[in-house]
Amino acid sequence: MIISVASGKGGTGKTLVATSLALSLKDAGPVALLDCDVEEPNAHILLKPEIAGREPVNMPVPVVDLDRCTYCGECARVCAYNAIAVLGKHVLTFPQLCHGCGACSYLCPEKAISEEPRQTGIVEWGDAHGVRLVHGILTVGEAMAPPVIRKVKERTGDRPGGIVIRDVPPGTSCPVVEAVQGSDFCLLVTEPTPFGLNDLALAVETVRELRIPCGVVLNRAGIGDAGVEEYCLQERIPVLLTIPLHMEIARLYSRGITLVEGMPYWKERFQRLFDRIKEIVHEGSRSLKR
Amino acid sequence: MRVAISATGRTLEDDVDPRFGRCRYFIIADTESMQYEAMDNAAAAAGGGAGVSAGQAIAAKGVEAVLTGNCGPNAYQVLEAVGIKVVTGVSGTVKEAIDGYRTGRYKESSQPNVPDHFGMGGAAGR
Ligand code: SF4
Ligand code: SF4
Repeated sequence: MIISVASGKGGTGKTLVATSLALSLKDAGPVALLDCDVEEPNAHILLKPEIAGREPVNMPVPVVDLDRCTYCGECARVCAYNAIAVLGKHVLTFPQLCHGCGACSYLCPEKAISEEPRQTGIVEWGDAHGVRLVHGILTVGEAMAPPVIRKVKERTGDRPGGIVIRDVPPGTSCPVVEAVQGSDFCLLVTEPTPFGLNDLALAVETVRELRIPCGVVLNRAGIGDAGVEEYCLQERIPVLLTIPLHMEIARLYSRGITLVEGMPYWKERFQRLFDRIKEIVHEGSRSLKR
Repeated sequence: MRVAISATGRTLEDDVDPRFGRCRYFIIADTESMQYEAMDNAAAAAGGGAGVSAGQAIAAKGVEAVLTGNCGPNAYQVLEAVGIKVVTGVSGTVKEAIDGYRTGRYKESSQPNVPDHFGMGGAAGR
């Protein structure tokens, strides 16, 4: 079972939900928490794992052999990302723009292009409180998050009957799609404000395009208005958990303590949240088979 | 001599576009005769590498210099490779920019003056 935890924007409490959900489920099976927010991973701040292993993330970038190159310009024409330019007797490559698709080396008529790995990030993993945490770190200045996220997703530990929680980066762009893709369910964390509603609606569009069932966690309930709840009713999106605006919750988070550690009675609520998710996923697969 | 100016419109009265890779138009002008042509910048909407793409388009025009507001490292590298001078910090109308260049008011920059993704407008890629 793979559950993604996403939100339209940052700062809605996504990591709070993902970490507490992971910690609450460790009796139900082996749990892995994947922090896919590779530009700003922060689940480790709450879980404090001991790093057991790390692996670099490499992207194959083109290297041109100028002895063979005829400056025909084919590579620059086929590159959809403007990562190669051919100007007179110059071939310039821009590794930071390269997506590593291999089109240029494949199509070069002189076979003048070879590929060389370039590190764009790193994946680290370790255990904390009985949960396997995996996170990726995109090297500062790099633009391509999806390959790092892909590596994080590959590192779940492959344990049968396992539960995987993915902490998805904020927003609705390529990194979000990469992180959510392949999950059985997506939890959308939002706040009951007009901004929260706006971002929620965008996130719902994204997961619906991916055909992944979703439900809402309403965080900081008590502020704002009823807009989000009305929207959820209208769109038939279940509100699966409500976390009130509470001084103690904010204080715990700011001190780097997870909700279920600081307030253990939340554990049961997260377990119930998981049960509801399982029901919805089973419902969905049954109706698909029918 | 011929120069290329990043512009917000298609005439000499339009303003210099502060972005190079993602400007709306380029005006290619002869500084002596003031004859000019305007071209759309096809790279303006590129997902990534707008500077490289725009740089290649300008390189093909055989100009001596580019007058613009800001130029990032990728575009700069392309222009430099073909020996096109880059003048940054240019503002005002396109005509004023050409006059300024002809009278030697501008100095060529020896390096890009803005980081990557400068002209992308807001949080790039997030
Ligand atoms: S396609 Fe190959 S031969 Fe042609 S310019 Fe590119 S590297 Fe050179
Ligand atoms: S590998 Fe793909 S993205 Fe990279 S330079 Fe070649 S064609 Fe462009």
